[in-house]
Amino acid sequence: MTTNPKKPARQPEHPLDDLIRTDRIPHIWCPGCGIGTAFSSCLSAIKATGLPYNRFTMVSGIGCSARGAGYIKLDSFHTTHGRAIPFASGIKMARPDLKVIVFSGDGDLFAIGGNHFIHAARRNMDLTVICVNNLTYGMTGGQVAATTPNMAKSTTTPLGNPDAPFNLPLLAYAAGATYVARWTILHTRDLTTAINEAILRKGFSFIEVLSPCPVNYGRRNKEKPIDTLRLYQDRTIIKNGADPVKADIDFGKGVVLGTFIDIDRSTCDDRYCEIHRPCSDD
Amino acid sequence: MKPAVLTGEHYITGDVACAEGAIAAGCTFFGGYPITPATEIAEHMAERLPDVGGTFLQMEDEIAAIASILGAAWTGAKAMTATSGPGFSLMMENLGLAVCTETPCVIVDVQRTGPSTGLPTMTGQADMMQARWGSHGDYELIALAPSSPQDCFYQTIRAFNLSEKYRVPVLIMADEIVGHMSEKVVIPEPGRIKLVNRPKPTGRKDRFKLYEPGPNGVAPMPAIGDGYNIHVTGLTHDERGYPSMTVEAQEQMLARIKNKIRDNLDDIITTESYRLEDADIVIVSYGISVRTGLAAVDRARALGYRAGLLQLVTVWPFPEALIREIAGRVKGFITVEINLGQVHHEVERCAGGLAAAHLVGHAGGRIIHPDKVLECIEKEFARP
Repeated sequence: MTTNPKKPARQPEHPLDDLIRTDRIPHIWCPGCGIGTAFSSCLSAIKATGLPYNRFTMVSGIGCSARGAGYIKLDSFHTTHGRAIPFASGIKMARPDLKVIVFSGDGDLFAIGGNHFIHAARRNMDLTVICVNNLTYGMTGGQVAATTPNMAKSTTTPLGNPDAPFNLPLLAYAAGATYVARWTILHTRDLTTAINEAILRKGFSFIEVLSPCPVNYGRRNKEKPIDTLRLYQDRTIIKNGADPVKADIDFGKGVVLGTFIDIDRSTCDDRYCEIHRPCSDD
Repeated sequence: MKPAVLTGEHYITGDVACAEGAIAAGCTFFGGYPITPATEIAEHMAERLPDVGGTFLQMEDEIAAIASILGAAWTGAKAMTATSGPGFSLMMENLGLAVCTETPCVIVDVQRTGPSTGLPTMTGQADMMQARWGSHGDYELIALAPSSPQDCFYQTIRAFNLSEKYRVPVLIMADEIVGHMSEKVVIPEPGRIKLVNRPKPTGRKDRFKLYEPGPNGVAPMPAIGDGYNIHVTGLTHDERGYPSMTVEAQEQMLARIKNKIRDNLDDIITTESYRLEDADIVIVSYGISVRTGLAAVDRARALGYRAGLLQLVTVWPFPEALIREIAGRVKGFITVEINLGQVHHEVERCAGGLAAAHLVGHAGGRIIHPDKVLECIEKEFARP
């Protein structure tokens, strides 16, 4: 008897299998990592739009989160470090009918790629930008990031980070983003809803997803995987419409989650069309 | 609304001719960033692209400019950017991404001097080795060097055609003088301009492989939305396009990137010559320095030297076989270029000691006077 009687004759299909390159599994993400959860929320949100899959494309930069583009079964682009947004902007402006999703990490989008982020937000480029924020550079082994909390330990700040982190929702709002939300990987339903909303609306939409990196952040900062999830549960406050100024990440005083900004403003492609193609549509 | 091809005679700069060549070639996307002396290309594209339903996007820097054209290229568009030295330096990483992902695109470098900010408004040809090797890793690409505004028009069309045919970034290595001077440019009837479009895949989508080479070594390329579910990565990838962290995948990928160029050199390499048939002194030049060479040939001939000119229209890949062949029957080469020796070293390498190889170069800022070439001829090839 070599077969396991409990094993079904055929692997059951996962409801998201049609959006996954199953031939690329197993993925690279570590045990306890939250990227997979954020990624599956994104897939669920895409599926829930009901739009044909060939109207979507995913673009990423470099890093752990950026590997998502390699697992999604859509036209997908894993570009250079920090450059996902301008690559995606080229796609959007050449094919405005496409739904362009940027899925990447905090190091990629806000340190090396920070300049591109603020300019795309300023122009209200019609992109959905999902930033998995794990407070560190995971792929390279846990160096300090532009999002690492003050005094947190990393391999390049062994005695504690002397600097202040970015408040990403505030940065996005100040730069001109027209939809700004923050959730954690514990809030998967809210996160899925937010991504779905962001995809279906027009404009520069930014969603920050707080996500644990137990291997490279938690380990050095006395946070076990379950501790981070407890923080997400106990030390967060859901407050839609909250002022992004108050969106600093400080689990001591509580971290606000929710949809902070949702405003209408004409997009870069709409304005270009309006100015340059006055006769092309009504 | 003007048509794509402005048939007729024009008195325009090389930069404008380059932009008109792009529009005539079917370019519909330009991502740019202002920089002297290439800005006029962006300005002209901003004005002209809406005429042909295209899109001009000024980005926040040159890194974003090249990233945007790669994104646009995958929607099926013919896409271009233009820059000069400092911007060209910033583009190097994504130039490598274009090579690695076999993305057709055209990048114009209107060269000024360097290093660093250099002389922004003055000419130079010192980015030639950066054009060949500026991005990290081993690779092949194509670089063309126009020597006049008319040449800018035709070479830009050719750049798009080669880029589409071989799925490779093509560089147009112009320079400040060629870019800024005005001359007569004749634009032919649209029907007389031959255009090439990238090969598109046919056959079953579920069996499609993004990098499976066709008969000429180049893989057909679908666009976003065509239903092929492509994955494009700058990581070393297999023929499916999937990352593959193995020595074998690296070897196979590099072989494809190299061979599609090396196996088609006859199609890619173009040279022009002037009084070369019986020459025993060969002036090798490209871009604006061709004009120095042409004047020097006539003056040397008048003095009784058998001088001739070899113009490198395609600089990369380098016409190694041709230089080797010529080396066997001449006294020597003189490379004329506005730098302190770049293409000269390639000529010297290919001459292989069979013929002398001299450089008439300059640190940059102005065109080289034919007198300097004459001086070199009289010093190195003085008749007994």
